Amino acid sequence: MSSTLSHTAQPTDTPATGTARVKRGMAEQLKGGVIMDVVNAEQAKIAEDAGAVAVMALERVPADIRKDGGVARMSDPNMIEEIIEAVSIPVMAKSRIGHFVEAQVLQSLGVDYIDESEVLTPADEVNHSDKFAFTTPFVCGATNLGEALRRIAEGAAMIRSKGEAGTGNVVEAVRHLRQIKNEIARLRGYDNNELYAAAKELRAPYELVKEVSELGKLPVVLFSAGGVATPADAALMRQLGAEGVFVGSGIFKSGDPAKRAAAIVKATTFFDDPKIIADASRNLGEAMVGINCDTLPETERYANRGW
Amino acid sequence: MSTPVIGVLALQGDVREHLIALAAADAVARPVRRPEELAEVDGLVIPGGESTTISKLAVLFGLMEPLRARVRGGMPVYGSCAGMIMLADKILDPRSGQETVGGIDMIVRRNAFGRQNESFEASVAVRGVEGEPVEGVFIRAPWVESVGARAEVLAEHGGHIVAVRQGNALATSFHPELTGDHRVHALFVDMVRAYRTPESL
Repeated sequence: MSSTLSHTAQPTDTPATGTARVKRGMAEQLKGGVIMDVVNAEQAKIAEDAGAVAVMALERVPADIRKDGGVARMSDPNMIEEIIEAVSIPVMAKSRIGHFVEAQVLQSLGVDYIDESEVLTPADEVNHSDKFAFTTPFVCGATNLGEALRRIAEGAAMIRSKGEAGTGNVVEAVRHLRQIKNEIARLRGYDNNELYAAAKELRAPYELVKEVSELGKLPVVLFSAGGVATPADAALMRQLGAEGVFVGSGIFKSGDPAKRAAAIVKATTFFDDPKIIADASRNLGEAMVGINCDTLPETERYANRGW
Repeated sequence: MSTPVIGVLALQGDVREHLIALAAADAVARPVRRPEELAEVDGLVIPGGESTTISKLAVLFGLMEPLRARVRGGMPVYGSCAGMIMLADKILDPRSGQETVGGIDMIVRRNAFGRQNESFEASVAVRGVEGEPVEGVFIRAPWVESVGARAEVLAEHGGHIVAVRQGNALATSFHPELTGDHRVHALFVDMVRAYRTPESL
């Protein structure tokens, strides 16, 4: 390192966009926060006022996608642009799994993050999109460590649990987070000889498996998604190791969205303080009704989508 | 002299990375979410994150006034990105009701470098940081439109002010905590040490 004062030196690099550090770093800025599903500009403003760190712009919340059936696709660009105009916080939007043209469209609209999401109907039953081909970062769902690392190997800059979106039932998100955490803990104990077999077993690149073994965490930010409906749900996910929370149908399918949204934000920050969570849970009105996941037929389980 | 204790405002944002960077720069680092925790630290980092969210939570949980009081009282404070916005006396384009702690006589423009697709890395020469320029990671970053007479500009990028110091308050548009280069944090830890020295004499 030279001993001269650096302010006399001229910067040498030209600015680089879309680097791994910029993409992953964006997710780091969302940590400790709540990302809320919104279907119009009005809801986006309510979310922002409640303290959301970002909004997910989509035409129908997962609960309605379940109810309506049919093919669920990327949202109308007009609707996404209206939401981008309405708020100053980051705006995310969903593409179908493997539908890289929807992702290209979302990038051209200037969304801040693309969710390659199992909540929409998959467009490719074998391949996910090549996320390195984009400047816009991607978040992807995972039910276990191998799936998370396969998505990271494809360029995902953030991982979320899949949960079972649109059910108001947190049981699947808990399962996914526990699974990912347990598998990471197991890797921590492995020596170098064992990591090759572990990579094979996880169906994930050896380099990423080794990195997780050394870090004791994913190399990208891990959020919870799917089924969070109450402040206590959000705090539960954080105590289980999620670095932040996506809330989909749980807010705008409830009795008093503004109040519930603010309450979930508080509980996400003070996830380890039961008194604050209790206060946040008072008089929120009706929560979304919810669906018991064990009555969901296999074909309607979003968590099975993606590979 | 004992090791300085530096808090990281842990309402939302990349708290963990700042805690790691501070520890690497030989400070005792701990998260701060409550007024009583703020009272126990020698200096404070306001991390990157969503400035609207951090501002709202600070007001909601009774931290905004204690923060202002400590900064007015001379406690060293460093803000990166959203933290820079929180330390600005004025935001050019605030969301309605968005409050700041203040402490640096400057006007900031939020997301001035653009949305995420325009986020970038570039090397930045920072006055007071010796050696090579630092790797600046700019994420939906603000810039400083103008500074008052008491504020010193430490770095510029593309003709815009991206690092400022005024007394014991330091702010950067970019995120040194994401780079593994702890020199900016070391500069801040030195500021905290210098602030503590007269008291411990």
